[in-house]
Amino acid sequence: MSLAAYGTRHAQAFLGSLGRLARSPFATFLSVLVIGLALALPLALRLLVINTNAATGGFSSAVDVSVYFKQGVTLPEVQKLAREAQAHAGIAQVSVVSAEDGLKQFQKYSGFGAALQALKQNPLPQAMHVRPTPDAMTPSALGALRDYLEAWPGVDVVQVDSVWVERLNAIIAVLRRVLLVTAVLLGAGVLAIVGNTVRLEIQNRRAEIEVVKLVGGSNAFVRRPFLYTGVIYGFVGALIALGVIGIALHVLQGSVAALAKLYGSDFTLAGPAARDVLWLLGGGAALGWLGAWISATRHLRRIEPRA
Amino acid sequence: MIAFDRVVKRYPNGREALSGVSLRIAAGEWVFITGRSGAGKSTVLKLIALIERPTRGTVTVGGKNLGTLPSRRIAAYRRSIGVVFQDHRLLMDRPVYDNVALPLVVAGSSLKETDKRVRAALDQVDLLGKERILPLELSAGEQQRVGIARAVVSKPTLLICDEPTGNLDRDLAVEVMSLLKRFQRVGVTVVVATHDLYLLREQEAHERTIVLDDGRIRGDAEDEALPSMVASR
Repeated sequence: MSLAAYGTRHAQAFLGSLGRLARSPFATFLSVLVIGLALALPLALRLLVINTNAATGGFSSAVDVSVYFKQGVTLPEVQKLAREAQAHAGIAQVSVVSAEDGLKQFQKYSGFGAALQALKQNPLPQAMHVRPTPDAMTPSALGALRDYLEAWPGVDVVQVDSVWVERLNAIIAVLRRVLLVTAVLLGAGVLAIVGNTVRLEIQNRRAEIEVVKLVGGSNAFVRRPFLYTGVIYGFVGALIALGVIGIALHVLQGSVAALAKLYGSDFTLAGPAARDVLWLLGGGAALGWLGAWISATRHLRRIEPRA
Repeated sequence: MIAFDRVVKRYPNGREALSGVSLRIAAGEWVFITGRSGAGKSTVLKLIALIERPTRGTVTVGGKNLGTLPSRRIAAYRRSIGVVFQDHRLLMDRPVYDNVALPLVVAGSSLKETDKRVRAALDQVDLLGKERILPLELSAGEQQRVGIARAVVSKPTLLICDEPTGNLDRDLAVEVMSLLKRFQRVGVTVVVATHDLYLLREQEAHERTIVLDDGRIRGDAEDEALPSMVASR
C-alpha cells in the first residue's frame, strides 16, 4: 500500500468515526462530558498545588534562624560574630537586633509598653536573625547550621523557625500524592468509559464487522475506526476538562483576588500552563486510544464471519 | 486449485458435517455442490473461505494448506477469493459504491484504482449509474448483483457462491447464473452451492455437480442425471 493510500484510508477512518459520533450527538455528548469531568479533577488538583505553591512560595523558603545570646554579651561582640557568620556558606543574610532595639520593638508591638517601662533593666538579650541560603533549607543542612551557631561563645539559644514551613511543605506533598493517585484512578475511569463505549459500538456493528472480515479486512483494519473513536472521545473530553477548569477559574478569580488583597498581596489564580494543556490533550487522546485498543482487541477477536 | 483430502469437520456441538470428503476442483472450473439441507454444502464453502478449519484431513486452495495457515494470514487469503451469499450481506446504510469498494478499501488500494475497478465491476453487473443508491432501494436481483460485483471487484481467481439464487424468482436466478458464468469464462474458478433443482436442470449439460448427503459425497460427475438424484432423495 502506498503512503498516500495509507494516509487516505486513515483519513477516511477518522472522518467515518467523527461522522458516526456526530450522528448520535446526545449519547456522544454524555460520554465526552463524563470523560471531561474525570480529566478535569486531576487538572484542578494540579492547579491547586501550583497556586498553593505560588501563594506560599515566599513563606515556604522563609526559614529564619534566631540566635539569642547570654546576658552580658556585648553588641560589638555580636556584630563581630555576625560578620563571621556572613562568610559562612549556608548563610544568605544576617541581621543583628540589639537588646535596646528588641525592647523598643517589644514595647511597640506587644501592647505591654507601659508595663515594660516600669522595669529597671532591659531583660532582653542581644539577638541575631540568620536567613539560610536556599541550599541550606533541608532538615540536615539546618541541623548543621544550628550546630555551627550553638558552638559560638556566648550563645544561649538557637531557634530554627521551620516547623510551620515543614508542615506546609508536608501538606503540599500530600496534595501532590493525592493528585497522583486521583490522576491514576480517574485515568483508569476514562479507560473504562471509552472501553465500554467502544464495546457497545462493536456490538451494534457486529454484522458490518463480519462482512468486513469476510472480504479480507484484518483485525487492524477493523480496529482502526474504533481507535479513532477513542482518540476523539479522549481529546474532546480533554477540551471539555479545560473548559470546565476555565469556567471555575473565572468564577473563583474575583473572590481569591479580594482575599489576597486583604493580606496585602496581588496574588491571582494561575490557569494551566501551555505544557499542562498539551499534556492534558495528549494524555486524554492517549487514554482514549488505549481504552479503545484494549476493548476493540478483546471484542473483535470474538467476531468471525459466518456463512 | 481446490483439494479436499479425507476432510472431516465436526462442530463443537458434536455434529459431524463432513465425513471424509475428498475432491479436486481445477482452476477455471465451474462446479455445483448440491444436496439436501444439512448435507454439508455450506461447510464445504466455509472451509474454502476459511471461516472454519477442518477437524481432520487437509483443505488446500491455490497450494495453501488452509488447516495450517497462520491466523495473521487469513485476511490476506480471504482477499484473494470472492464470496457471494444468498442474503447478499450488504451494508444497508452504505451506498452501492461503498459496498462494492469494500474489498479494495480493506486491501489498501488507491482511490483512483478503487474508483476504476468499482465502476468496471458495476458495469459488468449492469448497475453503473446506481453507485449512490442505498441497497434497500434496489430489487432483490439488483442487490444480488451488487453482492456479485463486490465479490469480483478485486479480480479473485476463485468465486464461491452460497445459494446465490435462493431469494430470487426464476428469471432473476437465470440472470444471476449467466452473470456468474461470464466470470467463469474468463478463467475464474466458480463453486456454487445450491439445492435449487430448477437451477440445476436449467444449466447446460455436462456441468460438474457434486452431490453431498449426510456429510459424504454421493455423486461427482458431469452428468445430467445428478440433479434428479438429489430430487429423488
